[in-house]
Amino acid sequence: MSATAATTPLLAVRGVRAAYGKIEALKGVDIEINRGEIVALIGANGAGKSTLMMTIFGRPRARAGRIEFDGNDITGVPTHEIARLRIAQSPEGRRIFPRMSVAENLQMGADATECSEAEREAGLERVFALFPRLKERVAQRGGTLSGGEQQMLAIGRALMSRPRLLMLDEPSLGLAPLIARQIFDAIRTLNRQDGLTVLIVEQNANHALKLAHRGYVMVNGLITLAGTGAELLQRPEIRAAYLEGGRRG
Amino acid sequence: MSAISARPSHAAQPSGSAFILKKALISAAVALVLFSLMIGVRTEAGPQGGLIYWTRFGDLAALVGTVFGGSIIIELLRQWWGPVDKEHIVPKPVQAAMSFAGRWLAPALLVFAFLVPVIFYNQRYILDLSILVLTYVMLGWGLNVVVGLAGLLDLGYVAFYAVGAYSYALLATNFGLSFWVCLPLAGILAAFWGVLLGFPVLRLRGDYLAIVTLAFGEIIRLVIINWQSLTGGPNGVSGIPRPTLFGIPLDNSDDGLAARLGIDFSPTHRIVFLFYLILAMALLTNWVTIRLRRLPIGRAWEALREDEVACRALGINVTTTKLTAFATGAMFGGFAGAFFATRQGFISPESFTFQESALVLAIVVLGGMGSQLGVALAALTMIGGFELFRGFDQYRMLVFGIAMVLLMIWRPRGLIGHRAPTVFLERNQAISSDLVKEGHG
Repeated sequence: MSATAATTPLLAVRGVRAAYGKIEALKGVDIEINRGEIVALIGANGAGKSTLMMTIFGRPRARAGRIEFDGNDITGVPTHEIARLRIAQSPEGRRIFPRMSVAENLQMGADATECSEAEREAGLERVFALFPRLKERVAQRGGTLSGGEQQMLAIGRALMSRPRLLMLDEPSLGLAPLIARQIFDAIRTLNRQDGLTVLIVEQNANHALKLAHRGYVMVNGLITLAGTGAELLQRPEIRAAYLEGGRRG
Repeated sequence: MSAISARPSHAAQPSGSAFILKKALISAAVALVLFSLMIGVRTEAGPQGGLIYWTRFGDLAALVGTVFGGSIIIELLRQWWGPVDKEHIVPKPVQAAMSFAGRWLAPALLVFAFLVPVIFYNQRYILDLSILVLTYVMLGWGLNVVVGLAGLLDLGYVAFYAVGAYSYALLATNFGLSFWVCLPLAGILAAFWGVLLGFPVLRLRGDYLAIVTLAFGEIIRLVIINWQSLTGGPNGVSGIPRPTLFGIPLDNSDDGLAARLGIDFSPTHRIVFLFYLILAMALLTNWVTIRLRRLPIGRAWEALREDEVACRALGINVTTTKLTAFATGAMFGGFAGAFFATRQGFISPESFTFQESALVLAIVVLGGMGSQLGVALAALTMIGGFELFRGFDQYRMLVFGIAMVLLMIWRPRGLIGHRAPTVFLERNQAISSDLVKEGHG
């Protein structure tokens, strides 16, 4: 068992297709995420990055292909059961609960999986160690937090379910560069200290590829490039499309 | 009336007496133009079919004068109050008084509610009114689960009230089951219908959900009207048995409660019993709701109200969350319906019109979505207020409408818009946040 656990990836997506009505968003995607890795998924708007993340989470369902988590087929498993396997996601645009307090938001994350009181306490401590700002604001309503704090809360909420795989959708969206760097630093800390496996979907290719061990580039519902973060950063087509595009134009 | 003075104030506010006077004069001039034809000249068809008219300059002058004076008063009030959206710094003693009132209002109301039959023992009218108010408090608390907590706009809540009422009425008249057996059955049946409504509307939100629930309420009413063989149709069900105190009837018979206790029989005994019955049922609703709010399911309801997408991302089973909200709310509606049937002794479809749904929804929205105390206060104000204005039948709806508009301007989140959090991290944190809350008054 341990031998297979070491060789099979934590998450394997094989030939997955997904569509919204007649519009095919994923046209046969293959990615793998190994234990303890940070994997970045980059691509332009509408490439299908978020759709891939949501398809892994069971909504929309994959129309073809296979998704395996820890060697088990999870294609077609309902979303709430996938969450119970301890895959957590922080959705695009943060989506915290604005009228609920920070403490309640975090508790919502813990509610997703059955956890003991001690595990809940440990989870809270971990979140507060990572984002001390949240501890200061614990009784405040979520809607009164700044954008960066809301992103911290969204990640903290996902962490409260003690995930084995954390999926983050555009964590730097709409944040000041300094705050975005804090968020990325926190992700790196989580990965190094706790060995947390992370899938990060980003348009900020530079940051994401520097952070990630490996990266995938997605164009029009297909993976067009794959490699280590450093490799991808050196590829001229990546530099042209995602890093220097603005300057050349 | 003073359309000009109601215009939102500009950034730089002139405030001299000349300005006020000018504004009032303009308002009065507009009123004069408008009312000189509407009020000043009265026309009517004469005996020969010709048009006759006469003038009413006295009334016209009175109205224009009222507009003039009213405009001055409104302008003065506004200058005293400042811009509507300005944060007002409430003086410390007032703050303290308000927080004191906030803390003791609910217990005081509760104690008062328990004492109502003692204080007003001889006033049958007040006792009946209190029972009515409490019925609406219970309905409000029940609907609050669906609308206030889970954020599912339900315009057909009366359907569950009807299901509860007819469940009890039919089970009691056809099978002779007692109230206490039928009460849980009525709740279960209503909850069942709640789930039945829940399934088709799982994917709907907002306006679409409101329309479907509205239709559902009407369907139930129409079925009741047309299923003559079972429900008696428009004639309703009569002869519904009165509730008993665990088998002891509250009537004038030899084995009635009065005879057993050796006291003189009085019809008020039954009213008092009904009062405490609905009070207990309402408090049960409140207690269950408060308990549920602290459990994962209650938190999931509130999270669902906030953001459905985020709920899915957290792996909350949105289907069961919605269905349990519908079922729980419907169950309390069913209990209230059973009580209604046993109190009235007669029910007909006319008691379950859309107006009832709208009234209960108004109570929840005015009280403050999700606030238990707010809903109770709103029910007291609306039902009690309606009775208070019974003498001014013509103006009742007018006053009600104006009060609603004013409330929504000043307190858009309802009477009690504050939402008490349910998760505290440490015990001392809970106390500190309570202290912080006081500051908001």
